[in-house]
Amino acid sequence: DGGDDNEEGSAVENEENAKGTDKGKKRAIPRTRRAHARGRDRHGDEDDEDDEGGMRRAGPRRHRSRRRGRAAGNEASDSDMEPSKARKNQANKESKEDDEEDEDEKGDKSGKGKNEKKGDKKSDKKGKKEKAKKKKDKKKSGSDSESEEEPITEEELAKLKEEVEEKKKLIATLRNKPWKMKKKLSVLKEAQLFVDKFEGALGKGKGKQFYAYKVMMTKKWMKFQRDFENFKTACIPWEMKIKEIESHFGSSVASYFIFLRWMYGINMILFGLTCGLVMVPEYLMGKPYGSLPRKTVPRAEEATAMNFATLWDFSGFAQYSVLFYGYYNNQRTIGWLKFRMPLSYFLVGVGSIGYSFMIVTRTMAKNANDDGGGDDTSFNFSWKMFTSWDYLIGNPETADNKFASITTSFKEAIVEEQESRKEENIHLTRFLRVLANFLALCTLAGSGYLIFFVVRRSQQFALEGLENYGWWERNEVNTVMSLLGMFCPTLFDVISSLENYHPRIALRWQLGRIFALFLGNLYTFIIALMDEINLKARYFLPLTMFDRLLGNIEALQSLEEEKIVKYNMTIWEASLYNGTIPENSTAPPIQVDPADVPRGPCWETMVGQEFVRLTVSDMMTTYITILIGDFLRAVFVRFFNYCWCWDLEYGFPSYSEFDISGNVLGLIFNQGMIWMGSFYAPCLPAINVFRLHTSMYLQCWAVMCCNVPQERVFKASRSNNFYMAMLLFILFLSTLPAVYTIVSIPPSFDCGPFSGKTRMYEVISETLEHDFPSWFGKVFGYASNPGLILPFILLMVLSLYYLNATSKSYKEANLELKKKLQSVRIEN
Amino acid sequence: GSAPGSGAMGGSASLIPRDLLGEYQELTFLTKQEILLAYRRFSELLPKEERENACSARVPKSQILTLPELRANPFQQRICHVFSTSETEDDSMSFEDFLDMLSVFSDSATSDIKSYYAFRIFDFDNDGILDRKDLEQLVNCLTGQGEGSRLSSTEMEQLIQNILEESDIDKDGTINLAEFQHVVSRSPDF
Repeated sequence: DGGDDNEEGSAVENEENAKGTDKGKKRAIPRTRRAHARGRDRHGDEDDEDDEGGMRRAGPRRHRSRRRGRAAGNEASDSDMEPSKARKNQANKESKEDDEEDEDEKGDKSGKGKNEKKGDKKSDKKGKKEKAKKKKDKKKSGSDSESEEEPITEEELAKLKEEVEEKKKLIATLRNKPWKMKKKLSVLKEAQLFVDKFEGALGKGKGKQFYAYKVMMTKKWMKFQRDFENFKTACIPWEMKIKEIESHFGSSVASYFIFLRWMYGINMILFGLTCGLVMVPEYLMGKPYGSLPRKTVPRAEEATAMNFATLWDFSGFAQYSVLFYGYYNNQRTIGWLKFRMPLSYFLVGVGSIGYSFMIVTRTMAKNANDDGGGDDTSFNFSWKMFTSWDYLIGNPETADNKFASITTSFKEAIVEEQESRKEENIHLTRFLRVLANFLALCTLAGSGYLIFFVVRRSQQFALEGLENYGWWERNEVNTVMSLLGMFCPTLFDVISSLENYHPRIALRWQLGRIFALFLGNLYTFIIALMDEINLKARYFLPLTMFDRLLGNIEALQSLEEEKIVKYNMTIWEASLYNGTIPENSTAPPIQVDPADVPRGPCWETMVGQEFVRLTVSDMMTTYITILIGDFLRAVFVRFFNYCWCWDLEYGFPSYSEFDISGNVLGLIFNQGMIWMGSFYAPCLPAINVFRLHTSMYLQCWAVMCCNVPQERVFKASRSNNFYMAMLLFILFLSTLPAVYTIVSIPPSFDCGPFSGKTRMYEVISETLEHDFPSWFGKVFGYASNPGLILPFILLMVLSLYYLNATSKSYKEANLELKKKLQSVRIEN
Repeated sequence: GSAPGSGAMGGSASLIPRDLLGEYQELTFLTKQEILLAYRRFSELLPKEERENACSARVPKSQILTLPELRANPFQQRICHVFSTSETEDDSMSFEDFLDMLSVFSDSATSDIKSYYAFRIFDFDNDGILDRKDLEQLVNCLTGQGEGSRLSSTEMEQLIQNILEESDIDKDGTINLAEFQHVVSRSPDF
């Protein structure tokens, strides 16, 4: 034994300091050796156990000293030596007996301590120690099973089990270790051999069958998990396209496409919800087209109902279909499955919003985690040095741009650091900045007024009948909104050149202004729309022209309007019975074609239609902008360059760059519109899925074909949470109108799944009454008691406060530690 | 970093033995498809005769550097050197070295292992620490090959001074692995 050990010792002496082979003194030696290691704390225990793990030097020796930067050659020789050692060790082990004296036996093994230069990660230390220990015990246990002597005691069994578990953990973390593949392969093989051998042995004790079964299930489960991971990765769409874009344009442009793909996923889920739970059941199980007045095209519109122009406008047959709110019947259950349609409609609407909130917040939290706790300017230069290269770049042209931008940023940073900013012309700068902000405000106000004006005009047109006007008047609102969205950001860009800010700050101002623009436009649009609803109601009710307020007045109006319409309908019915007003009449009901029945107003469908039209026109505008702005421009520059006075490629038009922030903001605002409108038009998520799908292909093609890499190639990572925060804000704002209408405005009496109720949410109480046992309703009643809700809210506020306080204290502790680090630095 | 880009995945499953494929999956951060794709790309770098046993062949450095992912990379030489296990120090790579490299650069690799290898890549003289010479060479790599884009010597001095001020905790004039990992682990761009 000792002889063998000595042999092995000399074999490795070239790498490490001389190892004593005294059996008794193992503990001392590793400690002194370890004293040489730099920068790491050594735990006494660890040393001992590593020492005890003695025989298997192969394992620990694999950890190369990072400080020494060993050449690859040494590594190879290591791994070559290991198999032979393994064999030798194996042979040695077999002569071992007793488990009991673990410690001593380990001492008996080769005295070579490992050169545990644990330069590696902290997690590795544990793994190595355990691995070494495992190998020790492996030998021992190996000998046990071979010698087949005494039955294994409980204690040994437990210990073995623990070791097998640790071995398995090692296998799982093996990929984290910075070793060469050969080493990893041999360690893996050993560990697997050990586990296989001893899982059998462990089974000899009590509960053998169960243990074996458990082991098998675990193995199958791990295999299943791995296959599932592989499958999931294969399922991710457009991965190759995005990687190609990444290599040409860097990670910032690719981040837009990754964001697009993520949005696509969300919209798919929303589409699944609305389609599967609302549209499909109604289509399959609800009353068919033509059976009810609300499901039929009115006689007056029948002539034009199938025209393409009408369909494109989402009236005619498109309006009286499952695509819009108005089609749905208010029957409590439909079909043989007793599907609760109104309840489903309500829950899907609320559920989509809830799901969107949850997923956006979750993504934000994940991003915040990766961010590492926010802006830290204490490593400005080091980060520029070590992390500025974008390893995804595979294209020489982009690489050149990247080099140039890195050089510029170094020079800039050096200059900033060296010279303090001279206070030159601070007054001029300030004046210019105030002027720029004033101009931006004017632009915003102007665009808001324009939208209001245009919506009013369209109301007038509607009053006078749309047939008298051409295409422009019909689509004025949508076109104007899209054009504003296209030109104002450029205007802001021009204005910001007055301000002379640092580019990163300028970008933030730009994004903020565009955000305000879109928000203003959207809300102006909604307010004007609300007014239009009022106006329509007022059309039926000339008496209340004076009331222009929303809220209660609106409700009052629609109630009034309802009364008027109902009165009209009674009169019309009477006319059918030739003058006699039927009261408890026993005459058979006269069959009337649903198309002839007079209809009540249906503002929900109208709102849904507006949103759908807006989405479609937005989609068209984006595509046309890409085709004209990017593609035609590129064609022009390429082919007219030969016969033009100045160089088009370097001079004025040149090829366009991909506008990341503009595109991302457009995406976010479109999504806001979908969230707002999907309660009134279940077809919106479907339209959006189609739009995102085609958008992905079109934009990928356009980017690769017509755009050039940007001059300032910057990394996208920091902006991610900014976009998520905006998305969350938009989500919150978009759900406000829908929630308001659910809670405060009575639904139209003649259309939709909630017709006949005073408020939309009453469908919940109706369900509780009819479908749940009575005690449930009682419990729910108690739970919604203000006496219970208020304390709950109080509790939430308190926990918020507590969490806030804790997080503050953590931040302070962080700062303290940083200061400590710095003072240690200074002391040294 | 990323798995190798464009290129269809082919029927190369038959050329890597199944248990070996399973082991590679265990030991790297790559999925099965990525390993097969890597195998395909690797064997394309070999001359036709050697493609049959690509698992044990070595590809010379010049061939590796033709990969589009490495072609534009300023650290291409260092990357080949660090990941190569060639005994003749000619920086040739076997398939296992290639897998190692891809695994470290993949998205799922931990920041620990990435920073470890980044340190070794930046350590131009292989002495286990980043001293002034290493940092100078690093800056020159990053600013490109053109003469106009290089920094002047005063700028270089200033830059290295600033970096050492920020990162060198024990003030020995060099950056060791622990300091490097400390600096880099807090960066969201790494």
